[in-house]
Amino acid sequence: MMENNTMENPKLSVGQVSQSQSMLPYFVKTGGLFLAAVFVAAILPKIFDSRFALSMFNQMGIAIIFALSYNMLLGQGGLLSFGHAVFYGLGGFGAVHVMGMVNNGDLALWTEFLPLAGGLFSMLLGFIFGFISTRRAATPFALITMGIGELLLASSLLLPTFFGGEEGISGDRMTGITLTSFKFAQSIEVYYLILFWMFVCVIAMYLLTKTPLGQMANAVRDNHQRAQFIGYDPHKVRTFQFTLAAFFAGIAGGLFALNYEMVTAENLGMVPSADILMMTVIGGITYFFGPILGAIFITFLQMVVSNVTHAWMLYFGLLFIGMVVWAPDGLAGLIMRHQPIWKANRMKRILPAYGLALAPALLLFLGVIILVEINFHISLSIDPEAPLSIMGISFRAQSFPPWAMGFTLVGVGYFLFRKAGRKVSRAWNTVMAEIKQEGV
Amino acid sequence: MSEFIIFSLLNTLIYGLLLFMLSSGLTLIFGLMNVLNFAHASFYMLGAYFAYQVSLKVGFIPALFLAPLGVAVVGMLVERYGLRRVHAHGHVAELLFTFGLFFLLDELVVLIWGRNPVDYQIPAFLDFPLFTLFNSDFSAYRGFMLVVSIAMFISMYLVINRTRIGLIIQASLTHAEMVNVLGHNVPSVFMYVFGAGAGLAGLAGVIGGNYLVTEPGMAQALGPIVFVVIVVGGMGSLTGAFVSSLLLAGLQTFAVGMEFSLADLFMKFGVNVQSDGIIGDILRIQIANTRAMLPFLFMIIMLIFRPKGLLGVREE
Repeated sequence: MMENNTMENPKLSVGQVSQSQSMLPYFVKTGGLFLAAVFVAAILPKIFDSRFALSMFNQMGIAIIFALSYNMLLGQGGLLSFGHAVFYGLGGFGAVHVMGMVNNGDLALWTEFLPLAGGLFSMLLGFIFGFISTRRAATPFALITMGIGELLLASSLLLPTFFGGEEGISGDRMTGITLTSFKFAQSIEVYYLILFWMFVCVIAMYLLTKTPLGQMANAVRDNHQRAQFIGYDPHKVRTFQFTLAAFFAGIAGGLFALNYEMVTAENLGMVPSADILMMTVIGGITYFFGPILGAIFITFLQMVVSNVTHAWMLYFGLLFIGMVVWAPDGLAGLIMRHQPIWKANRMKRILPAYGLALAPALLLFLGVIILVEINFHISLSIDPEAPLSIMGISFRAQSFPPWAMGFTLVGVGYFLFRKAGRKVSRAWNTVMAEIKQEGV
Repeated sequence: MSEFIIFSLLNTLIYGLLLFMLSSGLTLIFGLMNVLNFAHASFYMLGAYFAYQVSLKVGFIPALFLAPLGVAVVGMLVERYGLRRVHAHGHVAELLFTFGLFFLLDELVVLIWGRNPVDYQIPAFLDFPLFTLFNSDFSAYRGFMLVVSIAMFISMYLVINRTRIGLIIQASLTHAEMVNVLGHNVPSVFMYVFGAGAGLAGLAGVIGGNYLVTEPGMAQALGPIVFVVIVVGGMGSLTGAFVSSLLLAGLQTFAVGMEFSLADLFMKFGVNVQSDGIIGDILRIQIANTRAMLPFLFMIIMLIFRPKGLLGVREE
């Protein structure tokens, strides 16, 4: 069953370029890209220095580790988990309990290493749960992971010593025992700690894809029978992959605990599990950097859009379904598809068609927003009769014009978008055919 | 004690048949198309909301027929224009699609009917006690639910085992390609079965929505339990789904009435446990409070020791 899917030709390396075309050796290019990313991340809070921006950057860093660890299962191992947040939450609980022990004087550990404590705790439980759940991939695996998630969520109220009941467990990150000069009184210090662990984890997870284990995980994903035939036990490979993914999710959870100084049972429930699944898929599971894009993009939308509208979850769901149906390789796949055209220097040939498609796409988008917002206004706001304002225009949601406007925009936008879409695919096919002919 | 047992048995029967109405469609779709429809419980929710809307206009009895029909149409559209399209992207894409649909339908229901429960009530002509046993009433609506469920069960059994359509469905379950070669339109069989499964879930929503509560969270509350039912019963097996529906309903119904813990058990043998921390927590858990986790525990144990389920035939 798993063999038949489309993930047959994974390109899991970042920007892999054949040697003949690149002037620079591959590692210099990747290394340069990496250093540039470190530099940008380091100065980001200097440019955007609001509290809101900082809390968003913190959340993004955590989400990047979490999403990459999820992709160790889904993208690299072909294991669709509906309960990955279990290890995120457990890592958070592990870290917050250790934090409490340090504060009580039962234990001495540098605050900088608290996330690692969360990671190790998750890894231990990840090995146990992984051993149970990875005997079969596909649907049984998806169901067991969902079951474990529901089980832990249901048991959280029954085990108040560990999960802290409904209020969760809170901690104080200023334990006074630190390796660096940071006191962790301010969010900015937490930001640099998250940044450090994020880069360590990204490198570690990237290098893991190059190890025999990472390669065998791909092999087991693509054809577990053949993998078994050459002497690798799929169950063993999946268990190790699962354990390591749990470890990194635990680090992300530990950073969450440090950042918010509180962990509740909701952190290991179905909601964060669904969020991380959707983030990773939207980013793209066939490329290593896909989940990073997804984590940044969705965290940004999550924090910005949910401030403006009640309907964020609906837009999120629409985006997810749209990606699954039309762009199963995610954002990363969409970008990487342009690589040959970019290299052949032909981007300008397809850009006009994109421009042509952009206008109806915006119309369609605007129409959907109008319809969703007036419906939400009527069904959810305190006073549905009060005027509603979209982009500075204020009107009554019950009046006829906005409805007519919404439906017209959706109808016209959809019709024109279909037409423009045909133009885009024609331009695309011509350019690709040319490139193929010239053998560029 | 006998009051507890008789009423628990009746409740088990009602809850179990409701579960079966949901799980039968799900397991049939899985057996036929090899797709686990994560959005199945969302069809149950849609059924309840459709019934609420229709019964506002024309009353409960028309809603009983119209709402499942509407849900079936939605189901067929989903299969035709959604699932069939993502089928080309592989198995994981299909699961992701139904998962996204589950998420989206929840939000769409909120969009239309709001976040609070809607006032979908038991019809007045069924709102009286049918009989009284040990001073407790058994309402007529519960009797009605039993009748509808049993009628559904019998007609489904007859359709599958006694009609030509049932024959084709049964053949497609095991030999889809051969059925296709013999000139039957298997993709359209898939579409109708998906629609019928969605319609059955919708019917469960119609009769369950007013008995329980009609709110946006209802799909999330029942969905995971339905998966447990089909896993425990054996994926693709209708009889298995029937047996495990009743089994799990019984497990949950009887657990509610049992208010003792491991600590109480030790007490019986004269050992007074006084431990703190997580061990103490575990010892003090009341069986009644484990209602929500029992099905999942059961499922995990089942998947470890008998992965094909009670009456399943294939092991993945």
